[in-house]
Amino acid sequence: MQHGKYRFIVGFLTIPLGLYAIFVIWPFIQSIYYSFTDWTGLSPDFKMVGFDNYTRMLHDDIFWKSLQHSLLFALLVPLVTIGLALFFSFMINVGGRRRKGGPAISGVRGSSFYKIVYFFPQVLSIAIVALLFAFAYNPDTGAINSLLRGIGLDSVQPLFLGDPNLALWCVMAVLVWSTVGFFVVLFSAGMASIPADLYEAALLDGAGRATTFFRITLPLLWDTVQSGWVYMGILALGAESFAVVQIMTTGPGGPDYSTTVLVLYVYQKAFRDGQAAYATTIGVALLVVTLLFAAIVMKLGRRERLEY
Amino acid sequence: MGSTSGEHHESTTTGGVGRRDLIKRSAALGLVSVPTMSFLSACASSGGGGSDDKPKTGKKTAKNPLGADETGQMEFVLFDGGLGKEYAEDAVKIYQTNFPKAKTKFFPTQKIGTVLQPRFNQGNPPDLIDNSGADQMDMGGLVGKKQLTDLTPLLDAPSYDDPNKKVRDTLRPGIVEMGQFDGSPVWILYYAYNVYGVWYSQKALDSLDEKYPETWDEMLKVCAKAKKKGMAGWTYAGKYPYYIPFSLYPMIGKVGGRDVLDAIDNLEPNAWKHPAVKVCLEAYYELYQKGYILKGTPGLDHIQSQTAWAKGEALFLPNGSWVENESAKVIPADFDLAVSAPSGIDSSDKLPFGTIWASGGEPFIVPAQAKNPGGGMEQLRIMLSEESSKNFTAKVKSLSAFNGGTTGIDLTPGLKSGAAALEKAGDNVLNPRLQDWYVQLEKEKIGVACLGEMMAGRLTPAETIKKIQGFADETAKDSSVKHYKHQ
Repeated sequence: MQHGKYRFIVGFLTIPLGLYAIFVIWPFIQSIYYSFTDWTGLSPDFKMVGFDNYTRMLHDDIFWKSLQHSLLFALLVPLVTIGLALFFSFMINVGGRRRKGGPAISGVRGSSFYKIVYFFPQVLSIAIVALLFAFAYNPDTGAINSLLRGIGLDSVQPLFLGDPNLALWCVMAVLVWSTVGFFVVLFSAGMASIPADLYEAALLDGAGRATTFFRITLPLLWDTVQSGWVYMGILALGAESFAVVQIMTTGPGGPDYSTTVLVLYVYQKAFRDGQAAYATTIGVALLVVTLLFAAIVMKLGRRERLEY
Repeated sequence: MGSTSGEHHESTTTGGVGRRDLIKRSAALGLVSVPTMSFLSACASSGGGGSDDKPKTGKKTAKNPLGADETGQMEFVLFDGGLGKEYAEDAVKIYQTNFPKAKTKFFPTQKIGTVLQPRFNQGNPPDLIDNSGADQMDMGGLVGKKQLTDLTPLLDAPSYDDPNKKVRDTLRPGIVEMGQFDGSPVWILYYAYNVYGVWYSQKALDSLDEKYPETWDEMLKVCAKAKKKGMAGWTYAGKYPYYIPFSLYPMIGKVGGRDVLDAIDNLEPNAWKHPAVKVCLEAYYELYQKGYILKGTPGLDHIQSQTAWAKGEALFLPNGSWVENESAKVIPADFDLAVSAPSGIDSSDKLPFGTIWASGGEPFIVPAQAKNPGGGMEQLRIMLSEESSKNFTAKVKSLSAFNGGTTGIDLTPGLKSGAAALEKAGDNVLNPRLQDWYVQLEKEKIGVACLGEMMAGRLTPAETIKKIQGFADETAKDSSVKHYKHQ
C-alpha cells in the first residue's frame, strides 16, 4: 500500500485540481493582474499603471460608502437570518408542548406545514423575489402601504425604497426573507440528529425551553451554525446583495448612495463606465473583505467539538 | 450530525497520509501548477488574432457607393428593446435583395455589452451594432480606444432615394453633431429621433378647461386647479430621477439661452451657478413645496410612474417620445397623448416658448475592426431611405433620423404631437449632452443623488446646486474619464 501511494492519489486529484486551478485560481490571478493596468474592457490594449487604481480607490467616497454597506450586509444579514432560523427550527423540532401519548420531544402543532412554508421562498429565484418586493414596496399602490391604509394608518405611508433612511433596511429584509427558509431546513436536519435521550434527560431535570436551547441544541449544532454563518456572509457580500440592490433600488444604488454595495460598484465600473481595470481593483478589495470575514468567523467560532 | 474530527482519527494511523496533510499538499500542488501556465498568453483581453484579416471591400459602384463586400458576410447585431427588431429585419431583407450573393447574419439581443464586449476584446466584432439599452457599451471608451469606424463616407455618399442628395442632407437637425466626440469624425449614427418634454393627456387638460401653460405662474395655476379635482400636477420616475432633466434642461436653456447648457456640458467651473439654473430649480422645488407632486413618487420606477400618470392620477410627466410605445398597454384609447416644450418662467426668457430638447436615440456604430465595414454602412444607408424610415415610424411609433417620412402613414396621437412640437420649435432645438458624455455624472450623481433628493424634498435648490457643481468639478478633474467640449 505504501508503495506508489502518492502516484495513486495524484492520479485521482489532477482533474479536480486542474479544473479548480483553471476556473477558480486562474481568474483570481488574472483579476489581480488587471487591477494594475488601465484596461477599459472595451479593447484589447492596455498598459501597466502600478498602484494608480489602488490610490484612486482609497480616495473614492463611493467606494467607502459601498464598503460600509457591504460590511453591514455581512454582519447584520447573517445575524438576523441565522437567529430567526434557529428560533424557527427549534420551535418546529423541539419547542412543542408535550402531548399525551406522543413522543417526548416534538415541534409545535403543524410543524411540518411550517417547514414547507418557510422553505418556499428558497424555491423562487432571487430576481423574482426582488421584483415581487419592489412591487410590494411601491408607496402608491404597493401591498404594504395598502395594508397600512386598510387598517387606518393613512398618515403612515413611508416611501420605503425612495427614502435614504429606509432603503437599505428594506433591501436587507428581502434577503432575510428569502434565505431564512433554507437555514430552517438545514438546522432542522441538524437537530433531528441530536439524540432524543439528551433532551429527555434535560426534561427530567426540569429544564425549560430556553435552557434546552442554549445548553443542548445550540452547542450540538455549533458546526452547522458556523458554516451557515460563513455561507450567509458570503452571499450577503456577493451575488445575492447584488441582485436585490440592482433590481430593487433607486438608481440603482440610491437614493443618494444609501444602498450601493461593493459588488454593484464593481459591475457599474466595469460595464457602465468602461473602467474594467478599476472594477477589478474594487473586486480585489471585495476578495480581501470576504476572506477576512471568513477567517474572523472561523476564528471566533472555534470551540471544542462535542462527540455524540 | 456526529462531527468526527479528522485529527482525532487519522493522525493515529501511523504511516498513512492524514487527511489534513493530503489537503495541504494538494493545495500546494495546485498553486504551484498555476504560474507554470503561460502567464499572459491566456489573458481574457489578449486576442487580437482577428486584426490580421484586412477588411474586405467590394467594388464601389453607383449601386454600391460604400464598397460593401458583395459576396462576403454582413453581420448586424441589434438591441432588441422597446423598438423591437422587425424594422431592422425588414432592412436586412432589402440588403439581401440588393446583394443576392452576400450572406447576412442578423442577431437581435438585449444584452449588447455581454455579447459584444468579449468580441471587441478579441478583435472580432460584427459589422453593424445598435449599441443601446441598459447593457450598452460605453461610447466614450469605444471612441477613446479607436474601436469605431468614421462614418463620414456614409454621410457623404448619395442618399438611397436621390443620388443627387448626400445622406448628410437628409437627416434631422443635431444627428450629425451627436455622432461627433471631438473633431470632425462622426463615430455614431443615431437612428431614432426622440422628442423630450412634458407629456400629458389633452383630454385631461381640456377637462380642466386649460391649455398647456407657457409660463411658470400659469403652470402653478393649472396644478392648483388639478389638485382641487384630486389630481396631482406632476409625477416622474422617482427611482430613476434622471428623467427629470428631460423637461428641466430645455427649460434652463429656454430661460438662460443655449450657452448655459453648453457651459454645463463642457463642465465649466460654476456653470451650475448661473441664475437661470437657480430660477428653474426653484420653480421645480415649488412643485414639491406646494404638494403638486403625486404622493409616493420618489418610490416609483418609470413604469409605475407612467402607469399612475396614464390612469389620470397626475397630469404632467417629463419623458421622451418612447413613452407612447412603452406605456401603450396602459394608456387609455381616449387619452389623447400630447407633448409640449417645457414651460418657461416668464416673457423675459432668452428663447421663445416652443424651445425643445430633441436628439437621436438608438446609436448605431460600425466597429473599426469589422470585416465588412462597407456592408455595415450600406445597411445603414438602406435604413435611412424614405421607405425604411416610414416602415420604422409605422412599426415602432417613433420618428427616425430621416428628415420627413411621416406623410402617407397614420401617425399616433403622441407622434403627431411630437412632429408638431418639432415644427413649432424650428431652429430652437436643444441638445444637452451630459447623458451620453458623462453617464455616471448625469444618472447617478446629478440625477439620483441631487435632483431626486431635491424633488423628494430632502435638499433645497441652493444645496442641490452646490452639490451638483461639486460633482461636475470632480468629473472635470477625473483623469480616468474622457472629456468632451461642444464644437
